Amino acid sequence: MPETITRNSHLSVIESGIAPPAITLQDVVFERQGKALVDGLNLTLTANGTTVLMGPNGAGKSLTLRLMAGLIAPGQGKIRWNGVETVPSQRVALVFQKPVLLRRSVRANLTHALKTYGVPRSAQPQRLEELLKMGNLTELADRPARVLSGGEQQRVAMVRALAARPKLLLLDEPTASLDPQATAAIESLIRTAAAGGAKVLLVTHDPGQGQRLADEIVFLNHGRVTEVTGASQFFDAPRSREARTYLSGHLLF
Amino acid sequence: MQDFGAAFGQAFALIAGFDPALMEIISLSMRVTFSAVLIACLIGLPLGAVLAVGRFPGRGALVVLVSALMGLPPVVVGLAVYLMLSAAGPLGVLQLLYTPTAMIIAQAILVTPIIASLTRQVVEDMHGEYDELLRSMGTSRVSTVATLLWDARYSLLTAALAGLGRALAEVGAVMIVGGNINHVTRVMTTAIALETSKGALALALGLGIILVGLSILVNAGLMGLRKSAERLAYA
Amino acid sequence: MKNRSLSLLLATALAGGLSIGTVKAEDRFIIVQSTTSTQNSGLYDALLPEFTAKSGIEVRVVAVGTGQAIKNAQNCDGDVLLVHAKASEEKFVAAGHGVSRADVMYNDFVIVGPASDPAGISGSNNVATALAAIEKAGAAFASRGDDSGTHKKELALWNAAGIDPSGDSGGWYRETGSGMGATLNVAVGMGAYVMTDRATWIAFGNKGDYGIVVEGDDAMFNQYGIIQVSPKACPKVKADMGQTFIDWVLSKEGQAAIADYKRDGQQLFFPNADKQPSS
Repeated sequence: MPETITRNSHLSVIESGIAPPAITLQDVVFERQGKALVDGLNLTLTANGTTVLMGPNGAGKSLTLRLMAGLIAPGQGKIRWNGVETVPSQRVALVFQKPVLLRRSVRANLTHALKTYGVPRSAQPQRLEELLKMGNLTELADRPARVLSGGEQQRVAMVRALAARPKLLLLDEPTASLDPQATAAIESLIRTAAAGGAKVLLVTHDPGQGQRLADEIVFLNHGRVTEVTGASQFFDAPRSREARTYLSGHLLF
Repeated sequence: MQDFGAAFGQAFALIAGFDPALMEIISLSMRVTFSAVLIACLIGLPLGAVLAVGRFPGRGALVVLVSALMGLPPVVVGLAVYLMLSAAGPLGVLQLLYTPTAMIIAQAILVTPIIASLTRQVVEDMHGEYDELLRSMGTSRVSTVATLLWDARYSLLTAALAGLGRALAEVGAVMIVGGNINHVTRVMTTAIALETSKGALALALGLGIILVGLSILVNAGLMGLRKSAERLAYA
Repeated sequence: MKNRSLSLLLATALAGGLSIGTVKAEDRFIIVQSTTSTQNSGLYDALLPEFTAKSGIEVRVVAVGTGQAIKNAQNCDGDVLLVHAKASEEKFVAAGHGVSRADVMYNDFVIVGPASDPAGISGSNNVATALAAIEKAGAAFASRGDDSGTHKKELALWNAAGIDPSGDSGGWYRETGSGMGATLNVAVGMGAYVMTDRATWIAFGNKGDYGIVVEGDDAMFNQYGIIQVSPKACPKVKADMGQTFIDWVLSKEGQAAIADYKRDGQQLFFPNADKQPSS
């Protein structure tokens, strides 16, 4: 398992006031068992707004997210976060389709995150209350996190990610197994995060969700970017044949 | 087998009479066993978690070694500890031979591999689930281990109980390093061995019944504790 | 907070374990390396409280086979040695491990066997003839096989009878490698003859249909000796308290206490501190 990526919370570039791209992927290749699942991917994300990553199953969307989170290292190519090659993992947060919550109360889950993200102890209680309120979780705060409903659990996972005050928020189909009401709650949290200045990268198969949230769409196929388009244009008239086929519900070959 | 009836009779008479010699032996058994398991937990839990989480050269060999040590014959451990603590041995100056402390040391050595090995399994499973999350949060190794141990605490109670069972039932090691000295190092198992060698089989079996009873009580108590605490924590 | 309570727990555990070791280390006690036969007979339970009450010295008995007891004392893990293998004891003293050796008491060995008596030796008072009969009949015989005083004695008796049973080990000759009580349990379990000291036999609780078949041969005399572990060889040895114990055991009072110890109305040990054994 690749573990070569070093981490720190070095954010001098951001703090200097220049706004470089949030993240840049350059000729990134990731292979598993000799098969290139991410195959020469080039992508630059601006520091603001919501980018939606779409594409058929197996296109490499989740792997791309994991590469961006620094969970896996590329076999070839370079990834730069704010211009540097070490992932500032305390400012990059990741939310999974299936929330992974600690076997603790909602409150303890969030406290654990605040502690891990290096929030000073004195600031923790206030931040905790903010997060609980943001996720509409105040009344559930002392319940064991893992007995909550799917939607409630995902809300915990979302506000836990926001505890980092992330510069880059990576969301891997966070609403794929939720009902419409729970989905709306998550989408509202995504909007809050984006409005707060986080760069959001969302993987989804739901074109409606893409239309509701995206500033731009990145379409991925066979481990490569086939197009990057503004959201309104993408859903009206995607440029690539693959995207057109995907949106029309046909299989890609 | 009239001995069984007599054994239950003996066991009952000893308990009902609050036999002071028996109470002394039971309390020493409990103290030695719990102390040994506590020490074994303090070593075995982090060791097991590090084996589950860590990726370092020799880890595979270490995992096999720790597993294999679960089957350490108590007599061998007893002998090794005896040679260390003997007045002629390297730690002889401590004058710990034939004391409860020597018994605690021997049992801690026996129990640590069990706890470490079971901890490794439990933590490895949980690590599979938590790994990406914790790494994406930039969690340090130390705090990863701490998080996993804390979240696995109820499952790890089972590991501690396994260690407790072994320590409570063990006779070979404590016999050698404790010496089965009356009022000083005589515990349930060595008392049973002594009564057996006196041919007082009914009394020996009676003590055995009491030992099993104690073991059941301890296990039931801790399991009950786990159940209610678990319900409160995450159900 | 978690760490603090853990270290507190650890401290408590260690303190709990150490308390007897240290607190009582300030007390006055000695360690006597002795044999299973004396312990199993219950002699110490009767003898020691009397000495402790008089002297204020606690006596901690480690009861193992004579071979192991001597070995432990050589390692300086005891203050006094009380065993029954005269030749080994004299060697122990000669090698400088012990100060001197004194006779304490004797009893005798007997051979016990099942009521069916397959070798037909019941009532014999000639151990050599009896052992020959056992070998001839191929009747099962359980041996300690543990290098204890009793084991050494038994081997000497076979030797005197001109028989080497080692070739039949695993056949009719069965070496248990255990203490006296354990060997008796095994023998009773498989119907084997077995040699035991009389004291252990009288106190033994699992006799089944067994009884004494051979007794009264002078060759089966069993002498116990007591030795102070040498403070020259073992500087930590509690020589003063050890000597106090030895003096008491050899005194009129101690000897009387040994003679007074009875099980089922039978005297188990015969004090002979002043006189040398008759055989």
